[in-house]
Amino acid sequence: MKTMQPIAIAIAISLALASCGGNADSAANTASTSAPPDTKTADSYDPHRGEGKFNESNLTISGLDAAMATKGEAIAGTKCFSCHKATNERLVGPGWKDVTQRRTPVWIMNFITNPDPMIDKDPEVQAQLELCLVRMPNQNLSDEDARQVLEFMRKNDGAQ
Amino acid sequence: MKGLRILMLPAITMMAIASLSLQACKPKNAASAVSGDAAAKAYVPPGQHDLFYNFVSGGFSGQLSVYGLPSGRLLRVIPVFSVDPEKGYGYSEETKPMLNTSHGSVPWDDLHHVEMSMTNGAPDGRWVFVNGNNTPRLARIDLKTFRTAEIIELPNSAGNHSSPYSTENSEYVVAGTRFSVPPDNVNGDVPINSYKDNFKGHISFISVNKESGAMDIAFQLKTPGVNFDLARCGKEKSHGWFFFSCYNTEQANTLLEVNASQRDKDFIMAVNWKKAEEYLKAGKGKKVSVSYAHNQYDEGTHTATSTIRKEVTVLDVTELKDICYFIPCPKSPHGCDVDPTGEYIVGSGKLAALIPVFSFTKLQQAIANKSFDGDYEGIPIVKYEAALQGEVKKPGLGPLHTEFDGNGNAYTSMFVSSEVVKWRLSDLEVVDRVPTYYSVGHICVPGGNTKKPYGKYLIAYNKITKDRYLPTGPELSQSAQLYDISGDKMQMILDFPTIGEPHYAQAVPADLIKNNGQLKLFKIEDNKHAYATKSEADAKVVREGNKVHVYMTAIRSHLAPDNIEGVRLGDEVYFHVTNLEQDWDVPHGFAVKGAINAELLIMPGETTTLKWIPDRVGMFPIYCTDFCSALHQEMQGYVRVSPAGSSVPLSFSVGTNVAKPTTTSGQ
Repeated sequence: MKTMQPIAIAIAISLALASCGGNADSAANTASTSAPPDTKTADSYDPHRGEGKFNESNLTISGLDAAMATKGEAIAGTKCFSCHKATNERLVGPGWKDVTQRRTPVWIMNFITNPDPMIDKDPEVQAQLELCLVRMPNQNLSDEDARQVLEFMRKNDGAQ
Repeated sequence: MKGLRILMLPAITMMAIASLSLQACKPKNAASAVSGDAAAKAYVPPGQHDLFYNFVSGGFSGQLSVYGLPSGRLLRVIPVFSVDPEKGYGYSEETKPMLNTSHGSVPWDDLHHVEMSMTNGAPDGRWVFVNGNNTPRLARIDLKTFRTAEIIELPNSAGNHSSPYSTENSEYVVAGTRFSVPPDNVNGDVPINSYKDNFKGHISFISVNKESGAMDIAFQLKTPGVNFDLARCGKEKSHGWFFFSCYNTEQANTLLEVNASQRDKDFIMAVNWKKAEEYLKAGKGKKVSVSYAHNQYDEGTHTATSTIRKEVTVLDVTELKDICYFIPCPKSPHGCDVDPTGEYIVGSGKLAALIPVFSFTKLQQAIANKSFDGDYEGIPIVKYEAALQGEVKKPGLGPLHTEFDGNGNAYTSMFVSSEVVKWRLSDLEVVDRVPTYYSVGHICVPGGNTKKPYGKYLIAYNKITKDRYLPTGPELSQSAQLYDISGDKMQMILDFPTIGEPHYAQAVPADLIKNNGQLKLFKIEDNKHAYATKSEADAKVVREGNKVHVYMTAIRSHLAPDNIEGVRLGDEVYFHVTNLEQDWDVPHGFAVKGAINAELLIMPGETTTLKWIPDRVGMFPIYCTDFCSALHQEMQGYVRVSPAGSSVPLSFSVGTNVAKPTTTSGQ
C-alpha cells in the first residue's frame, strides 16, 4: 500500500462529486422554491409602480390636505431628515424637491414602505445607490405614516 | 466508465480495509464512541434554524449563553450579573443600576442555574430566571428582548445556590442560602465556631407578577443552619410542595470536605409552601429589618433604577409546624429532582453508590401517620423507609442530577464515573449508560424538568475538558456533549465548547421563543428616555454647570452633532445617543478616545448614555464602532476640549465646515 494510488483516490473523489451533480441541481431547485413566494423576476418589475402593496386602486390623490402634510413633516423629522433635505441638495440621500414630479405617488408609497426589494430591482434606484452608497434603511413607516409623508412631499413641491 | 471502474478498485479495497479495521476496534476513546450518522443528526444546514433554544448558565462568567440545538451554535451571550463592555452593560448610565447591591455595585457574579418561566408546569417562553451564587441575587431575563429585566438581591443569605427553581405557574421562584450565616439583623461579629448557635438558613420565596414578571420577596423561611444545595417544585399531585437537598447537617464550620461527610444520611427538606402561605395570611410572619437592592429595567425609558428595600417577612419553620419535614437522604445529596408526574423525588447522594427514589404519596402517608425518627432542631424527620419508593442500585459513582424524557425514563449524571445513566422509573432498573468527556455535572433534556418533557436530546455539561479540543494553553473552554436519546441506546452526536463553567441549562422548542413576539427594534415614537433625541433637528449640546449633555442622534452613517467645541477640563460630558434607525439589526456603536469606560451599543430606536470625563486638553475623536454601512468608516466626529475657564463658546454642528458658534445656556 506504500504506493498509494493518489490518482485512484482523486478519481474516486471526482466521481463522488460528479455523481452528486444531479443532487446539487435538485438542491438548488429546492432552495429557490423555498424562497419567499412574492419574489418576482426582474422582468415583471414595473418601474412606474415599484414593488409593494400600493397601486392606483388603493391610493387616491386629490387636493392637498394641509393637516396631513403637517403630520408628514413631523414624521419625516424623526425618520427621514437625518439623510434627506427638503431642497434639491443631496445629503446622504437625494433632496426631496420635485420628487413628486420625478416619481409617481404609488412608486413613492411603495419605496418608502418597502425599500429593500426596490433597491435590488429598480434601475434608477440602483443608479442612485452608486452615487450615495448607502441603502435607504427601512424606517418601518406605517401605511398612514407613509401617506402623510407623501402629502408633505406634495406640499413641498407646491401641490394645491 | 469501464476504465474508471478498474482504476477505482484499489480505492474501494482501501476503504473496505479501513472500515474493517474500524470495526475491529472496540470503542476505547471519544472518537470511536461516535457512530457514522452522528454528523447528519447534529447538522443544521447554512441558513436553516435549529430545533431548540438552549439556555446555558455561563457559570463564573456571570452571564447566560444561548445555544441552538442540535447544531451547538452559540447564538448569544446575555449579560446578567457581570459587566459586558461589548454591549455597554454596566457601563452605560442606563444599565449601571442593574448591578447595584446593598454592598454597592458588584460587577460580577457566579451564575449557576437556569429556570424558564412556567404555565401549568410547562415552559411558556416568557422569561428565564437565573441565580447569582456569590452576592446572592436572582435575575429575570425577558425572552422578547433577550435582556436582563430585573435583579433582586436576597437578604439573610450567603450563596444563593438552590435557585432559581420555580413552581408550576411561576407563582414563586425560590432562592435557598448555600452558606448558613447569622441573619442580617443580628450581630454577625461572632466566633465562626458558634455555627450551631448563631448560624441560620433562609429560603426566599420570590413572587412573580403574572403580567409584568415583576419580582418581590413574598416571604422567607428561617431554618436550622445547614447548607442548602438544590431544589425542585412539586408537580400535579405534589403541587404546593417544594423539595430542597441539604448537606452539612453536621453543622461543621471548617474542612467541610471531611467534616460535612460524616453522617450516613443528610436530608431532603420537603416544604409545604401552601401551608406557609396560610401562616403568612394569618399574620404569623415577622417583619425583619434588612437591606437589599431591587433593580428594574424599564423598556419604555431604556433605563434601569435601583431601589434599596429595608424589610422582609420571615416565617420560622422551627416554630410554625407543618411547613417543613426532613427526609433522610444518603450522603450529601446534591440533585433533588421531581419526575413529570410529581410522584417521585429523586435524591442524588453525591457520595453514595445508589440513588434513592422517594414517593410523594408515601411521604404524605408518613406525615399523616407521624412515621418520624425524632426531629432535627424542631423539624420532624420522616422515616427513610416510610418515604422511600426504592433505590436504583449500583448506578455508577457520584450521582448528581436527574432529568426525564416523559417516556418513563430517568437520566442521571455521574460525576465520578463520567457517564450518564438511563434508568426506568417503573422498576428502577438501569437500562443504558454512555460516557461523557469528562466529569459531567448537570444534564439537560429539553423540558426534562417539567410535566411535559420534549425528550429527543440530552446534553451533558462537563466540568473537565482536557483533550477534547485543540489546546489553548492552561485555560480551556468547557465541554458539552449532545446525545440523541430518541432510541433505546443513547448516542453521542456532537461535542461543543461552552463559556464560563456551565452549570444547569434548559432547552425548549424554537417556536416557543421565536413566536413569542420577539422584539426587533424599539419604536422611536415610544421612546420615553429623558434625554431622547427623536429628530436630527433636535440634536443639541446643553451645559448645566460642569455637566455637558450631548443630545446626539445616529443614523447610517453620521452622528449629529459631530463637531462639538466649548467642552472644558473639569466637565462631565454625557453623550445621550439615540439610534434613529427603525430597521432590524442596525445597531450603532459609540466610543470616545480615552474614556475610562466602555462603548455604547445602541439598538434601533434606543437611547443610551456614555459618561466621559476629559482628562486633558486637546482633540478627541468619536466614532461608530458597529459596521453599519459602506460609509461606516465616515461615521465619526470631534470633540474639542479646552482648559478650565476657557472662553471658547459651547458650540455644536453637523454638516457645517465653517464654524458657526451657538452659545447654549443651561436649562
